This record gives sequence, structure tokens and C-alpha cells, in this order.
Amino acid sequence: MTLVVVAVVVWIAAWAFNSWLSNGPLANARWTGLVVPVVFGLTVLAVWELVVRGLAVPAVILPPPSAILATFGTSLPILWEDFAQTFLKGALAGYIVGCGAAFLTAIVVDRYDFLRQGLLPVGNFMAALPIVGTAPILVMWFGFDWQSKAAVVVVMVFFPMLVNTVSGLRDTTTMQRDLMRTYGASYLQTLIKLRLPAAMPFIFNGLKIATTLALIGAIVAEFFGSPTRGMGFRISTSVGQLALDMVWAEIVVAALAGSLFYGTVALIEKGVTFWHPSQRK
Amino acid sequence: MNRFLPVLTVVAAILAVWYVACIPMNVQEVLTNAERAGAVVEPEGAANRRDLNRIGLVFSNTEHLGASWSTERARLPSPHQIAAELWASTWQEEVYGRRGIVNSGSFSNRSLIYHGGVTLGATFVGFLIGSALGVLLAVGIVHSRTMDRSVMPWAIVSQTVPIVALAPMIIVVLYSIGINGLLPKAIISAYLSFFPVVVGMVKGLRSPDAMQLDLLHTYHASKSQTFWKLRLPSSVPYLFTSLKIGIAASLVGAIVGELPVQRGGLGARMLGGSYYGQTEQIWAALFVAAGLAATMVWLIGWIEARTLRRMGVQP
Repeated sequence: MTLVVVAVVVWIAAWAFNSWLSNGPLANARWTGLVVPVVFGLTVLAVWELVVRGLAVPAVILPPPSAILATFGTSLPILWEDFAQTFLKGALAGYIVGCGAAFLTAIVVDRYDFLRQGLLPVGNFMAALPIVGTAPILVMWFGFDWQSKAAVVVVMVFFPMLVNTVSGLRDTTTMQRDLMRTYGASYLQTLIKLRLPAAMPFIFNGLKIATTLALIGAIVAEFFGSPTRGMGFRISTSVGQLALDMVWAEIVVAALAGSLFYGTVALIEKGVTFWHPSQRK
Repeated sequence: MNRFLPVLTVVAAILAVWYVACIPMNVQEVLTNAERAGAVVEPEGAANRRDLNRIGLVFSNTEHLGASWSTERARLPSPHQIAAELWASTWQEEVYGRRGIVNSGSFSNRSLIYHGGVTLGATFVGFLIGSALGVLLAVGIVHSRTMDRSVMPWAIVSQTVPIVALAPMIIVVLYSIGINGLLPKAIISAYLSFFPVVVGMVKGLRSPDAMQLDLLHTYHASKSQTFWKLRLPSSVPYLFTSLKIGIAASLVGAIVGELPVQRGGLGARMLGGSYYGQTEQIWAALFVAAGLAATMVWLIGWIEARTLRRMGVQP
């Protein structure tokens, strides 16, 4: 019971500290914006650990963070194998193929007005659908290995990417297009020098949405059948064995992979669209 | 008419591609059945054909392909087969089936109406919980600098994490402490719709510009007056945009939540179909899920349009 009291005290103390940091004399220092969320995250972990130990919550319901960290440390080879299977093969391959195909389709769609008017409502409709539901069908078609996971990812990322790219390609003003016309620019020159650069913020928005979808697709597709490795496979079998520390370790990997993937795309975006108002300091 | 013609053309083109794709996709099963019925197929024996190119098989056996659109358990069922399955597992099952609502007084557990209802219930409860908590947290974040700085970065980071991966664990853990039925699925739904609503609402509640806030300041408006009269009304468009994302995410959460526990619902129906090779069943469940998602997003859009019009927003 004392540990629970300690947890409450830790929570109140950390909250007071954060409150002082964000409202006190240091509120405008540059590092406060970084320290406050870190302190909050560490507090949550500490309270979790203390409450789980204090109330003696069984490990099959909620393992303490220390146990998760220990499992993470001891099963690095398994975690890496799963990561390679699910992320490097399934998610990344599907992401590249899906986004690439959507990009090329968007350029064709944008060229023909009829196609745009027809395909865009359909694309918008498809982007809102629970496309993970195609996973059992695609697993049946492409087998249990990573190819079927990549196929699910392709289907999942295609429509959000298509819709974003098409609306990006239309994001030029009449003035800008007229200027290109007075230069006598061809369709291709207008596309490469004006419209693609102008579309970049939208394209990267689509790419960023697709990073999360890619991981979700690859993991959920493994629930429908996979070889004996992969993050989704490990999660569903470890849940069956009530080895929840392993499940949490996989979730940590998924969280790290997702954040790093998103961060990488955001970093590239920063370099490519440095001219956009949202990127200016 | 001008708006519908391109859409209809695209839909017709998709259907045409689908029907054509049925031929190479189903060629193995079709040829096996034809051979069993006594036809001479080139090359002979299903085992010899297994690793051959499907397109090549189509061209070397053009006379036996009539059954491509009517094979049972096809790899790719044709659209009319799926439509027939949809009809059979909704109207036919309920009206004429032994367990249907007409004969037994309750929805048949083999009909998609029952399974769709199970999923819809979980989606709806989860969506209500998730979006209500999301709005509350957003209000807290906007009014407390501490909360803003501690929680908001995590709310943003959490959007990049594949939260669905947690679904099987949440189901099993809640089941082991005695909670089962609708609630575990609703919790996953709530979890998925929570963060989009938080992020959208924070954006919305902060959307009044400095001039408007200053005006209320000169009126000597209190914090709660500012909230009710300025911040909340100007957040409504953002709220509806994130509600649309949230309800689609909720449906995905409910479907994924039904995978580990085979107790009804569209997710269970899909997994069952994939275990037993009942492709038509998977496709029918998928179409019902798509219909549900489209209807719910449309419903929110309709409420949005009406609300915004009542609030005097110019379209």
C-alpha cells in the first residue's frame, strides 16, 4: 500500500514541478518545451511501476515497465527478426509501391479532367473505408509471407496518397499558371517546375498519413496468417500465451518504428518544402 | 448529371476490370472443375497446372472458361456473386431462414444484419466515449499550460503509433478480469477515435485569432464566457472534421477487436471466412463494413452541414 501512496506523491510532485516549469520564471526558456513532456512521460512510467507493484497486479494483466524493459533487453534478436519481417519487408515495400503508384496515378488523373471528376469521389470514399478488411483476401491471394502484407499496405496507403496528391497538383493560382503560359512552357515543364513543387506540402501530408497506415496494415494483416515471425504474429501468439511483457516489448518496437518512420518523412519534408509558410521559423 | 457521369464511368470501369480479372484469378479452380466434368484441359492434371502462369493457362484453355464467374469459393468472386451472397445473408436469411427474425423473432446469427449490428453497437459506444473524452482533454489542454506542455506532445506522437496492435491484448486482458461482450471492443474503438478528436479540437479551440480574443477581453469576458461564446462555436468545423476521421477509425477498431474473440461481428465473419475459404462471405462482410463506414461518415457530414447552416456559416 505504501508504494501506492508513493505513486500518488510522485504524481503530485511531478505535476507541481511541471506546473512551475511551464508557468514560472523558466516558462519561456527553450528547453522547457522539451523537459516538460519528458518529465510527464517518466512520471507516468514511475506511477505505473509503483501502482502495479503496490497493488500486486498480476503480470498477465499489466506487467510493470521494468519487466517490459527486461524482456526488451533479453529478446533483442527476436524483436529484430520481427521488425525486419514486418517493417523492413512488409510495411516499407508496400509503402514505396503504394505511394509510388498513387503518385503516378495522380499525375494521370490530374491530366484528364473527366478522370479527376470520376476518380476523386471514389478515392475519397475508399479513403474512409475500413480497408484492413481486405487483409484476409490478400493473404489468401499472396500467401502467408511478407508479400501479402505489402499488398495490404499498398491498398491502404493508395487512396489517401492519391487524394492528397491530386488536390496538391491543383494548388496553383491562375496567375502562376498564366505566367508559365507566357513563358511558353510545355505541359511537362509546367508540371516539373511549377505544379509538382507547389504540390509538395500536400504530397508530404499524404506520405505522413501513409506512414502510420503502413504499420497498421502490416501488423493487422499478420493477424490473418503469417510465417512464424513478424510483429503481428508475435503479438497474437504472445497474447495467447499470456506473455504480456513480450506483447508490450513488441508495442514499444512498433511505437519506435512508427515515430522514427514519421520523423524521417517529416525531416525530408522540411528539406524539400523549406519555402512553405508552415516551415518558416 | 454532369457530376454523376464521370463517377458512374469510373465505377463501371472498376466493375469491368473486376469481371475480366475473375478469369485469370479463378482459372485454376475453373479448369480443375472442368476436368472433373470430363473436359480435356491443356496441360492435364491440377498438380501440373499449379505453378504455371495463370494468364498463359487462360489462353491455352479459352473454351473452358465459362464458369469463371460462377465458381463456388472462387479466389475472386464476381460482383454478382457477392451481391447474391449479400442478398442471401440479409433478406433471405431473415425472412425465410429458420433462425431469421420472421420465424424466430430475433435476428439470425448467420445474417449480416446481426453481425453488422454487433459491430455497429461497439463502434458507436466506443466513438461516443472516445470523442467525449477527447473533447474534455482538449478543453483541459487549451486552458492549462501545464497540461498543454505535458500531454500534447504525447498526443501527437501517439498518432504515429500503430495503436491497433494493442487490440488483441486489450481484449484478452479485459476478458481475464471478467469484462467481455461489447465493452472491450468499444474501448479499442474509443482509443482509436480519441487522439484524432483531441488534436482536431485543440486546433479548433485555438482557432479564434488574437483580434477576436482581444475583443472579448475588452468586453471584460470571463474565461468561461470566452469559452462558451467564442472558442466553442469557432471549434465546431474542426470538431466535425475530426469526428469523421474518428468514426472511421472507430469502425476499424471494432472490426480488429472482433478478430481475437469469435463472438459475432463483421471482423469475426471475415476471419471465419478466411479460415474456411468462404471468399464470398469475406467480401460480403467487407461490403457491409464499407457501407456502414460510408453511412456514418455521410451522417456526420449531414449533421455538420445542418449545424453549420444554423450557426450562420457561409458555405
